[in-house]
Amino acid sequence: MSATTLPALGPARDARLAASLSRRRKWFDRVVKVLCTGATMIGLALLASILFTLIWRGFGALGLHVFTDITRPPGSHGGLLNAIVGSQVQTLIGTAIGTPVGLMVGTYLAEYARDSALGNAVRFVSDVLLSAPSILIGLFVYTILVAPFGGFSGIAGCVALAVIVVPIVVRTTEDMLRLIPISLREAAVALGAPKWRVIVFICYRAARDGIATGVLLAVARVAGETAPLLFTSLGNLNWSVSLTQPMASLPVTIYQYAGSAFEDWVDLAWAGALLITAGVLALNIVARVALRPRA
Amino acid sequence: MSDAVIPLRPAGSRSGSFGDRLFGALARGAGVLVLVLLGAIIVSLFIGGLPSFRAFGLPFLTETDWDPVHAVFGAGVPVFGTLVTSLLALLMAVPLAFGIAFYLTEIAPDWFRRPVGIAIELLAAVPSIIYGMWGFFVIVPVMSEYVEPFLTDWLGDVPFLGILFQGAPFGTGILTAALVLAVMIIPFIAATMRDVFMTVPPVFKESAYGVGCTTWEVMRSIVIPYTRTSVVGGIMLGLGRALGETMAVTFVIGNTNRITSSLFGPGNTIASIVALEFPESQAGSLKLASLLALGFILFVISFIVLAISRLLLRPRTA
Repeated sequence: MSATTLPALGPARDARLAASLSRRRKWFDRVVKVLCTGATMIGLALLASILFTLIWRGFGALGLHVFTDITRPPGSHGGLLNAIVGSQVQTLIGTAIGTPVGLMVGTYLAEYARDSALGNAVRFVSDVLLSAPSILIGLFVYTILVAPFGGFSGIAGCVALAVIVVPIVVRTTEDMLRLIPISLREAAVALGAPKWRVIVFICYRAARDGIATGVLLAVARVAGETAPLLFTSLGNLNWSVSLTQPMASLPVTIYQYAGSAFEDWVDLAWAGALLITAGVLALNIVARVALRPRA
Repeated sequence: MSDAVIPLRPAGSRSGSFGDRLFGALARGAGVLVLVLLGAIIVSLFIGGLPSFRAFGLPFLTETDWDPVHAVFGAGVPVFGTLVTSLLALLMAVPLAFGIAFYLTEIAPDWFRRPVGIAIELLAAVPSIIYGMWGFFVIVPVMSEYVEPFLTDWLGDVPFLGILFQGAPFGTGILTAALVLAVMIIPFIAATMRDVFMTVPPVFKESAYGVGCTTWEVMRSIVIPYTRTSVVGGIMLGLGRALGETMAVTFVIGNTNRITSSLFGPGNTIASIVALEFPESQAGSLKLASLLALGFILFVISFIVLAISRLLLRPRTA
């Protein structure tokens, strides 16, 4: 116990000392509360500053041409169409590859290997991968899919994103399956259902909203990823939806444009940044508010 | 065996047992795939970096030259930059994150907790490239106009410490990178702290209030001792994030392979040098191998940090 709680230990002989200590404790408590409230306000102000900057710089640069025209050399009023489509293609395929794998891993951890050594190892590694630097995922995919096949490709970008999707889906799937009461499973088993049918038709159904939340959060995460795409799908200033060619993506285009010296490119970068942030935050809000009503 | 595992098999249902075996094998295979994935990442980065490890040996870690013309490459500056920016970021982020977590669990009115909590979580969801642009166009001018000249005036003449705050206020550099990193990891640390503060049994806190503790005293004497390990785990999680952050840092750190005594000086990190130099490296070159070797080093560092974080964050066994 600290010195400030001393008066609580026994009756204070000196009433004035007790009063002053109590005042000091209350005063100190108030200061800490003000500081912590201030910290929260700083956090909210940072979010506001980011959103305000995006809206202020991005809205001015938004226009129909952003969605209808592809990227062009500076000064010729291009858009971002190829980058937007490229991002959607890679995010979609990346999620489509990563989700089933993550779902099965989550199922394994929750239904088959709750306490086994292998299960614990898988859970641990998956959690580490969840926070692993995404640029290293890019390097990894470069060494297995780009260097051996002699070129950057859209599919390499998809695979890199899929690697990032897996641990996110694993985490939510396992957590959601663990919330399902055993009695529900027992009821199904009692009716003679084999284990796989119990999992697919009872557990998945009961955990559907939670699993969907995980997938949405995974989409939101990879839609904004830049680093893993730099060495895999590389970016492409021309129109291309071929998975074997370099493919444009919104984050990589923003990265190239924002650092350039051309004003119209920087403007387009802001427009792209606004689009991507709006999309990512909307997905997050839907995932957190609509699908998970509890705190 | 845990009570969740259902060993029962329906008698006589051949298709059921086949389906069970198939589904179980799929699930197990997916689990093993995750382990293989981790192994493949480590091995591929190590093999890719092998030519560089062979050419330079252990001194690669401390060598500060990065000279493509003479084919001399060293990890000294990026490793230094990675550690310094991340630790500085922690220094700035931890007090703020703690304040936010404390506010959200004990101070905020009930109706206000959820919106603020979601806002903080949204801060974590903003893509890192956006932080990079925001840092470059908003923070860098503020740093060079106001913060850095102010710090030089105020602290520049202090013996020993002053050397950190001297130099031209360009706005980009180690300090700005650390600041942007701090902003990025605050929501992660704050959300983790909030979640672990919530695990303190209410009866503990109520007893402390009952004997007359103030909110802060409950926090310091009950909540923090109870959650200490998990709080450190949350901080390590933030550190792990900061170590590997790429895009935001690349925008604001100045990208120079030099160690300067001033915090205002430009520098680089492992992630930023890889992001910048990798696209212009030739396949099979020693430079590419050195970048992969850097990647391997970063993976080892962040794996250790994240592993410790996970061990500390493990839910306590009742």
